[in-house]
Amino acid sequence: MSMVIREVAPYGEEAVDMTIDDGRIARIDPAGSAPAGEREIDASGLIVLPGLVDLHTHLREPGREDAETIESGTAAAALGGFTAVHAMANTQPVADTAGVVEQVWRRGQEAGYCDVHPVGAVTVGLAGERLAELGAMADSAARVRVFSDDGICVSDAVLMRRALEYVKAFDGVIAQHAQEPRLTEGAQMNEGELSGVLGLRGWPPVAEEAIIARDVLLAEHVGSRVHICHLSTRGSVDIIRWAKQRGIDVTAEVTPHHLILTEELATTYDPRYKVNPPLRTADDVAAVREGLADGTIDIVATDHAPHAHEDKDCEWGAGAFGMLGLQTALSVVIETMVETGRLSWREVADRMSTAPAIIGRVESQGRPLEVGEPANLVLVDPRARWHVNADALASRSRNTPFEGREMSGRVVATFLRGRPTVLEGRLA
Amino acid sequence: MIRHLLSAGDLDRDEAIAILDTAGELARATGRSVKKLPTLRGRTVVNLFYEDSTRTRISFEAAAKRLSADVITFSAKGSSVSKGESLKDTALTLEAMGADAVVVRHSASGAAHRLAMSGWTDCVVVNAGDGTHEHPTQALLDAYTLRHHLSDGAGDLQGRRVVIVGDILHSRVARSNVLLLETLGAEVTVVGPPTLLPVGVEGWPCSVSYDLDNALTGADAVMMLRVQNERMNAAYFPSAREYSRRYGLDRHRAELLAPDGIVLHPGPMNRGMEITAEVADGPRSVVVEQVTNGVHVRMAVLYRLMGALPELESEAGS
Amino acid sequence: MVPASARVLDAADIARSVSRLSHEILERSHGSRDLVLLGIQTRGVPLAHRIAGRMAEIESTTVPCGALDITMYRDDLRLRGARPLDVTELPEGGVDDRVVVLVDDVLYSGRTIRAALDAISDLGRPRAVQLAVLVDRGHRELPIRADYVGKNIPTSREQAVRVRLAEVDGIDEVVVEG
Repeated sequence: MSMVIREVAPYGEEAVDMTIDDGRIARIDPAGSAPAGEREIDASGLIVLPGLVDLHTHLREPGREDAETIESGTAAAALGGFTAVHAMANTQPVADTAGVVEQVWRRGQEAGYCDVHPVGAVTVGLAGERLAELGAMADSAARVRVFSDDGICVSDAVLMRRALEYVKAFDGVIAQHAQEPRLTEGAQMNEGELSGVLGLRGWPPVAEEAIIARDVLLAEHVGSRVHICHLSTRGSVDIIRWAKQRGIDVTAEVTPHHLILTEELATTYDPRYKVNPPLRTADDVAAVREGLADGTIDIVATDHAPHAHEDKDCEWGAGAFGMLGLQTALSVVIETMVETGRLSWREVADRMSTAPAIIGRVESQGRPLEVGEPANLVLVDPRARWHVNADALASRSRNTPFEGREMSGRVVATFLRGRPTVLEGRLA
Repeated sequence: MIRHLLSAGDLDRDEAIAILDTAGELARATGRSVKKLPTLRGRTVVNLFYEDSTRTRISFEAAAKRLSADVITFSAKGSSVSKGESLKDTALTLEAMGADAVVVRHSASGAAHRLAMSGWTDCVVVNAGDGTHEHPTQALLDAYTLRHHLSDGAGDLQGRRVVIVGDILHSRVARSNVLLLETLGAEVTVVGPPTLLPVGVEGWPCSVSYDLDNALTGADAVMMLRVQNERMNAAYFPSAREYSRRYGLDRHRAELLAPDGIVLHPGPMNRGMEITAEVADGPRSVVVEQVTNGVHVRMAVLYRLMGALPELESEAGS
Repeated sequence: MVPASARVLDAADIARSVSRLSHEILERSHGSRDLVLLGIQTRGVPLAHRIAGRMAEIESTTVPCGALDITMYRDDLRLRGARPLDVTELPEGGVDDRVVVLVDDVLYSGRTIRAALDAISDLGRPRAVQLAVLVDRGHRELPIRADYVGKNIPTSREQAVRVRLAEVDGIDEVVVEG
């Protein structure tokens, strides 16, 4: 079935008619000139980007289906404009064998809202003791290329070195959760004057920066590539910038919440604002925005982390770390990066689609908007405004830090290989 | 008037002085034969203690009972609290029981704040110590004691020099005292080994020093904090002996204080660690007074908070 | 009924009332030696002192005089909220086996006196308690009456009676408002 998306602006540039057929972009014609399709979508005023790709999503299945399932999580992803997500390995059981990653991959195919690419654990049971069967996961039907113990740092330097070396055999990448464990025992929030005042144990920036510095040097030494998850401090941006200048094969991500929120929110003692790494200072926020703008930080990744109500409706110390992100990510990037002039729409497409697809070695995603390419697309209304209502989100959990907040820009439609998963802002 | 007492920072100068004045009158009233006032008859105060703290719990119990309130005490030991019942569930239970005020002690910083602001309960919340955050009634009783000795029991503490010594990093007593004493015009210096001073302490409304002798010279009061042995195992300092040599208060050091300078300790004391027995039991020590004053200050807090029900104030109108 | 905002007693009227109250109290107690005056905070206290002063002029005896703060005994904490406390000060010898004359400025619902009676019973056991007020404005809510009244002023509940005394307010007068 052919479909014509009329008067849509690729990357926010000159409007065209885009015809989709057989899961691909079949033609691109000047606006108003495409022959009629079996189905027509009026997209005037809308921007089309390649479907977003998230390198860092927690879908919680298997194990914590009360917080999220692959179905509810991928529905949230589609509503947020994503056509592919990488499901982190810290499920129960841990995704550390070919069996578990294949199950996750298959459940993603069944749910059908977006592609699910499982991330494999680096170490057995995330225990940081011995390598998981990385090769078996790479060779499985899930074709795992990203490996991470996310939630826990691979802190043992020898183990990290071996993992970096080993994944070279199948062009894999280690995505490091950079957190020196001894420096962050019992940590609750960013360490600084505010943590001292609030009596919450601090998570010092150096605990992140020290691991990043070590790992880029390790990656250089063994000639492998390394990816840094959710970096959050000015110092981390500086180290990545230095490493790239030196030619080290490192990539880095920042989350939407670290682009917009600061540690001040901890003064509420409301665990909705508790996340790992913690919200940092306004200066750090400025630094990660600069880093994302100049390409030091390669991508935005959501670190979408659903948590059951009881794990957030409690005192700060007992609260779980993490925030929802899939349905608010693009709006945060629009507000902090596009509306402030830091990124063009083409650069948004790079940071949220092309670059993450390349890091994750997902060939069919993040492709240019050209004839013959797979029709993984998102239509965005850049002028729309909406208010976050946790109850109305597709996630099974409600732990958004943006409740009630006005957001910039809205996902109108998402297409996965030509098939609409979202139309008019609702699941299709 | 404030609705809850969560932080010493909630109190402005007038409110703090009003509480101290009220405590002073209550001390006079109960100094006579009157042991019990009918003020809170028919009202229920719940003491919710998730941490063992016999002295604070008893002090609040005595305060509430002397105001004729009904007192219910939940202690961590032997109640569902110790079986992992959440703060929220306990709060809902209290609400259902018709509690008017909750006095809460909890190991999590911000627990009292959360209890007051989460919508779990409409009770007045009094923070009786939350994690390593604050302990505002301790600061009030310390201020009361200081005022009694340094300012004739009236007004504020303008220009008085108070030194707080020890594990500032983990001390809720220190945090509350720094805030309250600053509000009352005192000049506060915190002293301790750099490992036991929080990151960012330079931004606090006080001076910071690593040199106890220097800080004590001519000061009007010193407040010694309890140092727990487990800090030593976590490498905050090399040994108990070295700690007490550098930061312990002995007779020689106590003599550096102003002639009428006093020694406070929130208790329980580690005699021989942060303070020698000679000083703890000596003429400058006001430790026993602090305990007595604690009851009056807590009576004043309960009275002022429980009298101020905002939804009823408007009804009273004129 | 009095018109809005009328001054019903001036300084001379108040002085005459204090004088008459002093005479009546002395008469009734037959010059009793165990008399104690207890002024209720705030304006009962200067009134009690004035009465004691007048008594000294009349009989050249010194009647002990104290102050009673009844804040913590009020039954309207829920309605009116916490108020700052005032001083309670008993004369030497306390109130045990004495004849205590409570002194207040206005008698209205009777609730203040009820609270004062509770407060006194916590302080000791007087042989008798009597009540002297400068103004009785009626509208009692409790079975309480004054033994000595300076002036009866009929009012409506909507009105307010303001007693001002030089020691507190800088002027002696009683005004009915509203």
